[in-house]
Amino acid sequence: MRLTKLALATTALVGLATGAAQAEISDGVIKIGVLNDRSGLYADLSGEGSVVAARMAVEDFGGDLQVEILSADHQNKPDVGSSIARQWIDQDGVDLIIDVPTSSVALAVQQVTSDTDTAFISSGAATTALTNDQCAPTFVHWTYDTYALSVGTGKAVVEQGGDSWFFLTADYAFGHQLEADTKRVVEENGGQVVGQVRHPLSTTDFSSFLLQAQSSGAKVIGLANAGGDTTNAIKQANSFGIVQGGQQLAALLGFITDVHALGLDVAQGLTLTTGFYWDRTDESREFSERFGERMNGQMPTMVHAGVYSAVAHYLKAAAEIDDDGGKAVVDQMKTVPVNDFFAENGEIRADGRMIHDMYLVQVKTPEESEKPWDYYNILATIPAAEAFQPLEQSTCSLVTN
Amino acid sequence: MQTILGIPAPLLFGQLLIGLINGAFYALLSLGLAVIFGVLNVINFAHGALYMMGAFVGWFLLTHLGIGYWPALVLAPLVVGAIGIVIERTMLSRLYDLDHLYGLLLTFGLALIIEGLFINYYGVSGQPYAPPQALQGGYNLGFMFLPAYRGWVIVASLIVCFGTWLLIERTQLGAYLRAAVERPELVRAFGINVPLMMTLTYGFAVALAGFAGILAAPVYTVSPIMGQNLIIVVFAIVVIGGLGSILGSIVTGLGIGLVEGLTRTFWPEASSTVVFVIMAIVLILRPHGLFGRPRE
Amino acid sequence: MSEAVMNLRSRGGRRATSWILAAIGLAIIIVAPLIGLYPVFLMKLMCFALFACAFNLMLGYVGLLSFGHAAFFGMGAYVAGHAVKVWGVTTVLGIFGGAVVAGIMGLVFGAIAIRQKGIYFAMITLALAQMVYFFCLQAPFTHGEDGIQGIPRGTILGLVDLRNSLAMYYFVAAIFLAGFLVVYRTIHSPFGQTLKGIRENEARMVSLGYPVARFKVLAFTISATLTGLAGATKAIVFQTATLTDVHWHMSGEVVLMTLIGGMGTIFGPVVGAGIIITLQNYLATMGSWVTVVMGTIFVICVLTFRRGVVGEILARLK
Repeated sequence: MRLTKLALATTALVGLATGAAQAEISDGVIKIGVLNDRSGLYADLSGEGSVVAARMAVEDFGGDLQVEILSADHQNKPDVGSSIARQWIDQDGVDLIIDVPTSSVALAVQQVTSDTDTAFISSGAATTALTNDQCAPTFVHWTYDTYALSVGTGKAVVEQGGDSWFFLTADYAFGHQLEADTKRVVEENGGQVVGQVRHPLSTTDFSSFLLQAQSSGAKVIGLANAGGDTTNAIKQANSFGIVQGGQQLAALLGFITDVHALGLDVAQGLTLTTGFYWDRTDESREFSERFGERMNGQMPTMVHAGVYSAVAHYLKAAAEIDDDGGKAVVDQMKTVPVNDFFAENGEIRADGRMIHDMYLVQVKTPEESEKPWDYYNILATIPAAEAFQPLEQSTCSLVTN
Repeated sequence: MQTILGIPAPLLFGQLLIGLINGAFYALLSLGLAVIFGVLNVINFAHGALYMMGAFVGWFLLTHLGIGYWPALVLAPLVVGAIGIVIERTMLSRLYDLDHLYGLLLTFGLALIIEGLFINYYGVSGQPYAPPQALQGGYNLGFMFLPAYRGWVIVASLIVCFGTWLLIERTQLGAYLRAAVERPELVRAFGINVPLMMTLTYGFAVALAGFAGILAAPVYTVSPIMGQNLIIVVFAIVVIGGLGSILGSIVTGLGIGLVEGLTRTFWPEASSTVVFVIMAIVLILRPHGLFGRPRE
Repeated sequence: MSEAVMNLRSRGGRRATSWILAAIGLAIIIVAPLIGLYPVFLMKLMCFALFACAFNLMLGYVGLLSFGHAAFFGMGAYVAGHAVKVWGVTTVLGIFGGAVVAGIMGLVFGAIAIRQKGIYFAMITLALAQMVYFFCLQAPFTHGEDGIQGIPRGTILGLVDLRNSLAMYYFVAAIFLAGFLVVYRTIHSPFGQTLKGIRENEARMVSLGYPVARFKVLAFTISATLTGLAGATKAIVFQTATLTDVHWHMSGEVVLMTLIGGMGTIFGPVVGAGIIITLQNYLATMGSWVTVVMGTIFVICVLTFRRGVVGEILARLK
């Protein structure tokens, strides 16, 4: 239970004396809890950056609301995450929990927030279970999910001729789901899966797993993991001469911070699926540069951008209905399309999935890269309707009933 | 492709080789633990944390002072050894007259402090440390591609382990040491400074952990939790080899590495558990370990 | 003669003091959630207090340091969680099941480890517990890294709804008191006297014809069962059972609780658990400094404060 309570009462409101207008908002303040990994393998892709993004969204909102931001480290442990969430809600009166990478933790938090009518928007978690079997009326899945990743990268790699796969999978909810989704896409597109090996979360030595992947003879080694696990696996695959041996690595989930950590020498040519690239439009550049100023020049990952977009949309909805009940705000959010630098005509469906365009990108070669963080060529835009699981396939009780 | 019991031969040999590399680290660490136990009667729970510090000293030297791998290979053990000497002088030495369990508890507390501090400053995801220029690249052995650095790990570990064994078994200094283990009063009567000897022993054994740490830095990422689970495996190895047995700890360390490699080929799910199963069996059949003698 | 009277009187006095202490304790337990203390925190505290009391039975009264009690704690949690969530058994039965499985494990561990002493015993229990940890990492029913989540709290015999946190609190309080009473009775029975005899002079007890090993295994089994009970209850309170509960850090934590409270005293572990859980709660804002502070307390306890809080108080009173 480690709540880094930034006693940072970011007050959006400059004017005073608006108490009367906020009769419906409990204790007159909207409290947002940013819950993510602040010290582990997902700290770069979420961590402090998500707190900064949330703070920026609150400042930019500037409306008639008083907003406070808390943050905590869930250490990628479901028990730690759920007990922080519980304590935030019971004792601190938190109204919105945001980010929560690490699918296992997100699923645990989902239990708590749906029991207590607290809004929960996940930007960092990937598993589609959050909008299927374990969906909730208080939940929105904002940035990406395992389905979108498999549709993007999985399909692209098979079309390039990578038709036999071996999976190196992180052994928890996220990895299992990503592996299953990608397997389906590979098979639908005429490829085959020859095997898989599961590795523990936060593995430092991939040598024996890579050896198994190598001896499988598959053309593609699909990395169904994320963050530090992905970068470690790629680095070690390099030192064991796997790519030189003729096998291709497919990072099913890669963030721009991973590319940065690997360096373009190693990462060049990787095909990735992302919900956001900072250098795509003027609006995204404008946001990213402001973000970079506060983060020592680091550009935002799709998770950071998603946190900003989600908090902004949440605040608008809460102000509109003047309420901070979880289901009430989420219902209101579902009625309004999302239009900002992150999503064009984004829509929150009944199952809680926010659908928006995704992008298939390829990592540039060192020669192509002209400036810091100039890492991606956008190969294709995957339209929202194709990127995400069709609503009729959802097993979410909010849809099936 | 050639197969052995339905397993492709390259995979089997590859896993055995990787097992041997892990075994090289086990041997270095269990050797240090065995020496400390033999002379001080202390189970050094901080061994994993000190191993981690060895890696961090190397990383720190490189990133902040620009000192490369080869000097660090000597400096890191020295720094860690010095820290060990401070620990022994200021804390451990106060506990020798008490139940030996207090030594275990003290070092457990120290491990928490050291690891907590490093996690606080560096997070748990780890810092990269590239192998030195001379050891980049690798060899194609036919059944697998062996990165040159991992080959060096085996060689370096074997040299240091057997060097230590020779030092203890074949030199005058080693003879004092062994005598101090058996009959501390008698050795003192011969005019040998036993407390000093204990301090130096602890420092030396801890330096071995530091050496293992810097050796591991390019293989694993340099992370505050790198020693956390390793130390428990090494405990089991020391118990299997026989507490306090020098040669036993080296041989068992390498052996367990190989057994893990075998298990990883035939039954991957059991590879982390096998060492503890072996330990339970050994304890039932030979309570004092494979190489140990009954002692009080 | 007069000495005997004095003895009697002081024994009577001590008994009265114990009764008063017990009454005060009971009153605190009943009132605590009503005066605004956070019930989830109090329930956590009681689960760990029971855990520490069970552990103290081995360390304080048999003189054996087990470094593997997390295995019983975690397995109790997993079994209760799985039984309640997947098999749909009642909460009470689930918790009971968790305790029984932990007890059986205790019997097996005990049979393997009990002939060893001191450091050997500590290391063997640690290694056996690590075996359980890796089993839990791989076994399908524990769901590895994800853990068992969303365990329903259920009801007591269909009468009391445990989703109400006050109801849950008094249910946990009842379990804690029952467990505590078992520990108390065990220590103050002829069996407990024999255990103390073994701790003081094992050779003498052997020569007196006591089946020493059997006594120790029995004590270990009781300790493991109660530890499983604590773990199972915690799983129901927090509605999750995860790897944290089986990790060896958990074994270390309970040693620290017992040590700081005072090993070999009845109330010591409760006090120790109170100190550590409160500390964790308040230091939670400081990130990994929690570990550093716990380590520091450990070192200080071992170097200068080996009797613990309660032990120190008792020593002063004498």
